[in-house]
Amino acid sequence: MTANKSTNQAFVIDADKGLQKLIAVLAAEGYQVVGPRLEDGAIVYAELASSADLPVGVKDKQDGGNYRIVKGREGVYFDYVVGPHSWKRYLFPPEQKICEFRRQGKAFRIVEETPDVPAYAFIGARPCELQAMQIHDRVFDNGEFADPAYLARRDAAFVVAVNCTQAGGTCFCASMNTGPKASGGFDLALTEIAEKSRHVFVVEVGSQRGQEIVAKLKGAAATDGDVSKADALVKKAAAKMGREMVDDVGPLLKRNLESNRWYEISKRCLSCANCTLVCPTCFCNTVEDVTDLTGANAVRNRRWDSCFTMDFSYIHGGSIRREGASRYRQWMTHKLSSWFDQFEQSGCVGCGRCITWCPVGIDITQEARAIRDSEGRA
Amino acid sequence: MNQMAALVDPMVPAPFRIERVKKELSDTFTLDLVPAERKRSISFLPGQFNMLYVFGVGEIPISISGDPGVGDKIVHTTRAVGNVTNAMWKMGVGQTIGVRGPFGTAWPVEEAEGSDVVIVTGGIGLAPLRPAIYQILANRQAYGNVCIMYGARTPEDILFRKELEKWRGQFDMQVDVTVDHATGRWGGKVGVVTKLIGRGGFDPHHTVAFVCGPEVMMRYAVDTLVERGVSEKDIHVSLERNMKCGIGFCGHCQLGGDFVCKDGPVFPFDAVADRFVIQEL
Ligand SMILES: Cc1cc2nc3c(=O)[nH]c(=O)nc-3n(C[C@H](O)[C@H](O)[C@H](O)COP(=O)(O)OP(=O)(O)OC[C@H]3O[C@@H](n4cnc5c(N)ncnc54)[C@H](O)[C@@H]3O)c2cc1C
Ligand code: SF4
Ligand code: SF4
Ligand code: FES
Repeated sequence: MTANKSTNQAFVIDADKGLQKLIAVLAAEGYQVVGPRLEDGAIVYAELASSADLPVGVKDKQDGGNYRIVKGREGVYFDYVVGPHSWKRYLFPPEQKICEFRRQGKAFRIVEETPDVPAYAFIGARPCELQAMQIHDRVFDNGEFADPAYLARRDAAFVVAVNCTQAGGTCFCASMNTGPKASGGFDLALTEIAEKSRHVFVVEVGSQRGQEIVAKLKGAAATDGDVSKADALVKKAAAKMGREMVDDVGPLLKRNLESNRWYEISKRCLSCANCTLVCPTCFCNTVEDVTDLTGANAVRNRRWDSCFTMDFSYIHGGSIRREGASRYRQWMTHKLSSWFDQFEQSGCVGCGRCITWCPVGIDITQEARAIRDSEGRA
Repeated sequence: MNQMAALVDPMVPAPFRIERVKKELSDTFTLDLVPAERKRSISFLPGQFNMLYVFGVGEIPISISGDPGVGDKIVHTTRAVGNVTNAMWKMGVGQTIGVRGPFGTAWPVEEAEGSDVVIVTGGIGLAPLRPAIYQILANRQAYGNVCIMYGARTPEDILFRKELEKWRGQFDMQVDVTVDHATGRWGGKVGVVTKLIGRGGFDPHHTVAFVCGPEVMMRYAVDTLVERGVSEKDIHVSLERNMKCGIGFCGHCQLGGDFVCKDGPVFPFDAVADRFVIQEL
């Protein structure tokens, strides 16, 4: 992640050899390359040794509460969209050690932790995910306080974006203005053109670092034809997007904090926290202080947490959000409404994960529409 | 990148040594803390809090209850109610406590100059207001009438009793105390603290009010102040939420669009009024 604007100059690389080379070059530059892999029936983000580790010729079928891998177009690399993982697990790991404490008689000493800062190269970050990263940049550097470990990892990461030429079954990025084409926040952005006679990636350059890597790939300059073909593929994906967020959802939800709908949703919601864990922007965490068996050393860890748990809002005397309805309201209004007050942008990027991975298929776009439709009907 | 990694992590506490322990009430105590390693001057604003860490047990938000004019120690007054606070209760002089802070917004003590000041508080809520009282008293002539209205459960639960008595005897402020239940030889007022507001000697149109206590009590206090004619923007409340970081990272303290740790804990009432009426927000 460095510059935000892409330069106009685009390149074309061969799909197989080019991608293989890209991963090899990044690895040779010392990056730890991470990208999509097919594991246990889902596309997850894991370390890649070479392009052979990428899922090829597979698609995902997604719907509310439903995720399935099926056969896709033969030889195509990025025919699927996002799975249960997001890059936050690398930039903001599920569990991080903050520091240690060593007992010394009556007192204790603090041992600071040198943060683990691998230089990652992310292969296949989708446009909505780039936006999610930019959202976290604001969360973890809020003007008053900054999380140095996050910033260091983020700064070191090399981002290879992939524009979406397929719309996932639960995606709604087009209505959130976060995709399906990346407009910034990448070092390189690829668009896959898979035709019978020709299978290539159009490569856009988004930073100086990207420029340096692309120079090593020895790609040809992209023709206007390549660029417009890539654009057309992405536009087609935008047109096929099955879901859509209602307009002005922020003020809508703010007007409806006491809607009956929250109770209706809570009859279905299991408070399982899946949505917050798969969401690429949810950042809530808790701090755990524990001692070892000797009692001489204590460790402070930070781990992902979710507003769906009872403990989350606990204060002496009881939790603030006791009802499932108020916990669901916190989740949905935070993503779509109060995030604007906090960070002047939406906390939802329209990736659809929370819809797909909800065991009962609760759909945030549908719930927003239901609240809109209930307005005026007391 | 390396430059950023070198930034200090705001989640790592600094060690402080307990210099003095004072039992205030049967369940409430005050700790004076001094930096354990390097000397550093301590500055904070009345109403701000620190995250206090007890070795291996946990970390909790506690307001600063000391005098902002005293720069060599920090003072916290805590009621033992659970895990961390009970562990802290058992600690003694010489032991270490981890401190992160000060965090959060302050009582607008300077902005209140020229006005009457009304302080309405109950129970442990007096602790976060004591620094404001010290600061006002240090510059007493800058203010109009100053009224403290304090409610405790029983006469035995009156926090900082000696100081309340002293302030009351100073002829330059009104100090009213009430208890929920009279015990022993209590001859003072009985009833909720909000009843004192009606009698308070202040000019509602030129008053700044600081309110801190349980949320229900604050709700009634605000209502009564507004009834008397104090404007919502001149009423300041201190809110309490679960807090794991104090710096806007953990999400626990959210109240709609505000992080209570960073945008609060002290809010002008008109900024949170809409959310105050919604259950379980
Ligand atoms: C800004 C602020 C200032 C405060 N100032 C004071 C003060 O000056 N004096 C004082 O006695 N108390 C104060 N409190 C309340 C104090 O933080 C809680 O009493 C304390 O967290 C209870 O922790 P525990 O582990 O003893 O209790 P447990 O009930 O065992 O709590 C378990 C966990 O729940 C959370 N929790 C429980 N109660 C509260 C609570 N009331 N507020 C926030 N989190 C809670 C904490 O994360 C705690 O670690 C303040 C709270 C806030 C938010
Ligand atoms: S709220 Fe749902 S759709 Fe929006 S970013 Fe999070 S997981 Fe994706
Ligand atoms: S939706 Fe819940 S878990 Fe996600 S960021 Fe908001 S408060 Fe945190
Ligand atoms: S206490 Fe963590 S965000 Fe406020």
